[in-house]
Amino acid sequence: MRVTQGCFSFLPDLTDEQISRQVQYCLGKGWAVNIEFTDDPHPRNTFWEMWGLPMFDLRDAAGVLMELNECRKVYGDRYIRMSAFDSSHGWESTRLSFMVNRPKDEPGFRLERHEVDGRNIRYTTKSYAVDRPEGTRYGGK
Amino acid sequence: MNSLVVATTVTPETGEARPAERVDLRREFNEVGIGEVLDQLDRELIGLKPVKTRIREIASLLLIERIRKRMNLTSDVPTLHMSFTGNPGTGKTTVALRIASILHKLGFVRRGQVVSVTRDELVGQYIGHTAPKTKEILKKAMGGVLFIDEAYYLHRPDNERDYGQEAIEILLQVMESQREDLVVILAGYGDRMDKFFASNPGFRSRIAHHIDFPDYSDSELLTIAELMLHDMNYRFSPDARQAFIRYISLRKTRPLFSNARSIRNALDRMRLRQANRLVADLDRVLTADDIMSLEAPDVLASRVFLKNSSE
Repeated sequence: MRVTQGCFSFLPDLTDEQISRQVQYCLGKGWAVNIEFTDDPHPRNTFWEMWGLPMFDLRDAAGVLMELNECRKVYGDRYIRMSAFDSSHGWESTRLSFMVNRPKDEPGFRLERHEVDGRNIRYTTKSYAVDRPEGTRYGGK
Repeated sequence: MNSLVVATTVTPETGEARPAERVDLRREFNEVGIGEVLDQLDRELIGLKPVKTRIREIASLLLIERIRKRMNLTSDVPTLHMSFTGNPGTGKTTVALRIASILHKLGFVRRGQVVSVTRDELVGQYIGHTAPKTKEILKKAMGGVLFIDEAYYLHRPDNERDYGQEAIEILLQVMESQREDLVVILAGYGDRMDKFFASNPGFRSRIAHHIDFPDYSDSELLTIAELMLHDMNYRFSPDARQAFIRYISLRKTRPLFSNARSIRNALDRMRLRQANRLVADLDRVLTADDIMSLEAPDVLASRVFLKNSSE
């Protein structure tokens, strides 16, 4: 099951060229681009790990792409996303975020039904991937 | 090639359309606007003949490359990494800034910013500090020019555990793999750069343009001085000008002479003396002319003349 989130989630995966153009847009707006990765695909997982520090004071997308390729070399089997942070007054938050890398096989989610009080049912979604310990999901090393 | 329409131009004399595959070089030249940059280079930089010739050559190559690219005559991106060698004060940094704007106008660097660094900004202080530091700088320089002043300090032959080597390796790797994203310019004094290249052959072979900056002649130094004064809204009185010509020839023989930089420092000291001379007579009514002109005594008070007379 193809996990999508953030901007461009209805589009096919962006090519490097397209990623580069989006990053250039962010830099043009004066936003700091940040690379994050995770191997927990749950949509409510907000704690993605940072790849290095957010990149401030860049002029050209090539620098960000260089870091992205470094990150892919190490964590190519995980989800990687980029986020652009706007530090200007009144915003001070993420303006744009999109996925730039995904594992080869995404096993998807199962739905768990908890039978509680009487005939009530509560639902939980759980990724098949997280059955394995962190770092070894998606056939990691 | 016939199918490729490059530029159909109409010549003003005959008014007839030229065949499509011809390129109007003059129009290309004007469109890119390098003529202006090169003229500015000629106007504002005195002397430096070999440097200007080389920059012209590079600019011409880039112009032709641009046209070739549009005609689909693909070739590799030309290597644009450069090394500037020359004595102190010969204008290496100034030229590096100009190069960036030329490359930007020709579209060979995308942004045209210059990131000027020395060893301090590239090399870390402990294990694992260097690589992120160097990469940080490289990322900032992407799309522009990375100017490494006194590049030989990166390599410390006396200390084999020096972290400089790590920075050099990262630089070399990026210089090779991301040639179209970044232009690296190394600068430094001639003899030490030669030693640096001798111990890092990788650098020498990755740099296409080795440009040597010659020392300035006396008359060039005088022109530079006058240009500097003009920019600072000062001028020499005729006597002061004569005195300054003598000053230059004396100063050149002294140790630690660093070309234009020495001239700039000398001018700064003369401004001090001039100010002091003017302030000494508080009752005098000054004209704009008085404030602008440097007089012979301001020049002649220099230590250079003193030493000479005593010896």
